[in-house]
Amino acid sequence: MPTTETEFLHEVAASEYKYGWETNVEADTIPKGLDEEVIRLISAKKEEPRWLLEWRLRAWRHWEKLAANPSEAYPRWPHLTYTEPDFRNITYYSSPSKKPRYESLDEVDPKLLETFERLGIPLAEQEKLAGVAVDVVLDSVSVHTTFKEELAELGIIFCSFGDAVQEHPELVQKYMGSVVPYTDNFYAALNAAVFSDGSFCYIPKGVRCPMELSTYFRINQAGTGQFERTLIIAEEGSYVSYLEGCTAPMRDENQLHAAVVEIVAEANAEVKYSTIQNWYPGDNEGRGGVYNFVTKRGICKGDRAKISWTQLETGSAITWKYPSVILKGDGSVGEFYSVAFTKGQQQADTGTKMVHVGKNTKSTIISKGISGGRSNNSYRGLVKINKGAERARNFSQCDSMLLGDRCGAHTFPYIEIKNPSAQVEHEATTSKIGEDQLFYCFQRGIGEEAAIKLIVNGFCKEILAKLPMEFAVEAQKLLDIELEGSVG
Amino acid sequence: MALLEINNLHARIEEQNILKGVDLTVGAGEVHAIMGPNGSGKSTFAAVLAGREEFEVTDGDVLYEGNDLLDMEPDERALEGVFLAFQYPVELPGVSMNNFLRQALNQQREHRGEEPLPAGAFLKRMRECAALVSLDPQLMSRSVNDGFSGGEKKRNEIFQLAMLEPRLAILDETDSGLDIDALRIVADGVNALRRSDRSFVVITHYQRLLNYIVPDVVHVMADGRIVRSGDKSLALELEEKGYDWIREEAVAA
Repeated sequence: MPTTETEFLHEVAASEYKYGWETNVEADTIPKGLDEEVIRLISAKKEEPRWLLEWRLRAWRHWEKLAANPSEAYPRWPHLTYTEPDFRNITYYSSPSKKPRYESLDEVDPKLLETFERLGIPLAEQEKLAGVAVDVVLDSVSVHTTFKEELAELGIIFCSFGDAVQEHPELVQKYMGSVVPYTDNFYAALNAAVFSDGSFCYIPKGVRCPMELSTYFRINQAGTGQFERTLIIAEEGSYVSYLEGCTAPMRDENQLHAAVVEIVAEANAEVKYSTIQNWYPGDNEGRGGVYNFVTKRGICKGDRAKISWTQLETGSAITWKYPSVILKGDGSVGEFYSVAFTKGQQQADTGTKMVHVGKNTKSTIISKGISGGRSNNSYRGLVKINKGAERARNFSQCDSMLLGDRCGAHTFPYIEIKNPSAQVEHEATTSKIGEDQLFYCFQRGIGEEAAIKLIVNGFCKEILAKLPMEFAVEAQKLLDIELEGSVG
Repeated sequence: MALLEINNLHARIEEQNILKGVDLTVGAGEVHAIMGPNGSGKSTFAAVLAGREEFEVTDGDVLYEGNDLLDMEPDERALEGVFLAFQYPVELPGVSMNNFLRQALNQQREHRGEEPLPAGAFLKRMRECAALVSLDPQLMSRSVNDGFSGGEKKRNEIFQLAMLEPRLAILDETDSGLDIDALRIVADGVNALRRSDRSFVVITHYQRLLNYIVPDVVHVMADGRIVRSGDKSLALELEEKGYDWIREEAVAA
């Protein structure tokens, strides 16, 4: 039994990851390493059209150039300390089974299904559950897509990226790389060269997607980098809410994860993108854990379009992630709501970029960082108001909470304003979890662990409330699990 | 057996001795008032009984229902029926009153081996207890003390007292900062909660609260000790003469 709150907080922060196991599924893996042959092999395995292979190769050549001069190309500006991944020692393609497709659940490896059940997301039940279609990406290849037919009646396309390449190549070719070009950054280039699969979503003009679209990602193959690509296109006047949730099994060596998400919202369209990220963060000495280097960006292409990013980040050893919105259309709206929780030796450098291009554009940023153990949690955000962005408005609020006295919270706000009519507000607070607050709970008979959960959940409440209902419940459960210590 | 028996209690914060030998015995169902000038150790006394960690008990002992109170964790004391109405109630942003009290109540019930209170019964009880101190039931869906007025915060403390039904309730300057109407509401609430198996220790700087909550015993604390005890007339005497004569006596002793 700990004697002080601080000791308790250290215990909480040292508690181990609860989703650590490995599914023994027969895998189809290509040898480690990265060269042009590997890219040709990935493309061939996926029976891709020629234009896509060529695009991959252009990205590959660009990445090679960057990699040759890492001191300039490699992102070193984040508040992160780690050894760069050895890109030659990563497996760039892994498919969960030699058999590429499943017609029904009966054909899916039972062990795979068991894995999902242990995560609390049984596919069989998911199908019956109201309104959630799941496109499961386990490692790299989609194994099952539900509700596809129901969505198809509305003209909605929701499928794996690979299927979209085969069935809707014109859409993929038109939009892929239009928001995040492969030249964007080091990891975006790598992803473009070697991406294996991901999700694709198309909402036609005027259609309101009647269900939350959701995808669960897991990294499941030892030493496998996962490079998904997600592309969401919302045509004029459409609406979609998209959920992405992740957990990964325990692993000894670092796993690289470099995803790209692109969102296009046409006039009056609204896209809500919610994420729960819970990848393996490494052990208490900082060994293992996922490196999460993600490029997520949306463009409000048409007038009055709206893109909302909501994220709960609890996992990964290193997080480098800035879901952004380019506000091109007049009157368009960008939102970023984030809770980032770090403990143990985790490091997170996360935030957003809001780039105001159109007139009367509006963005809101609310970020809550909670740090425990010896972790470091940074908010980094850019608000950019371009010259033509008349009467643009931004409100940013960044709050940090420290659990204990060995962790760090940092805020790096960048503001660039080129139009004098802009209104930009920024608020930031940092607090240690209050001894007074804890004592008040104790005095009402609420024990330490429950008190910390109450206070932290309260701190995050306005963000968690932005998540779709069923996801919010899961998010709170996850936060509670993460906060659990070894109090006897 | 007395509910609370305190012998020679000494406590300090950092290097400063604050309590220097407090003796106090509180019987079941009794109301004791503790008065005294600022800085005499009244609030420290309340905090030590509730188990605040900053204060180090250096000597003495406290028996609560015959058990060593100082050996219990703060939350354990609360579960055993010790309640402190805070002088400065703490804000818990994002934590609804509803959720907070449900947890508190259910932890207590679990401690006693009882099932959690069903939602309907819980809400009914909340409404009843809120009415006792004229607290707007709308506040139940708000965050704990967040944006509450000074008076609402104090009434909220008595409301929680009513909800949690302690056997020992310590009121730490609950009257401070209250206007006369609010004072009455708080006092009426407390009076309604008096029972033969519930004792009160009412800490106050001013006599006026004791016009409404009539104590069985009045104690005067000065320089970390109880220097004088008497019936309710002692409070009136203090009101008339101030604290200086007591302080002089304490120094002389």
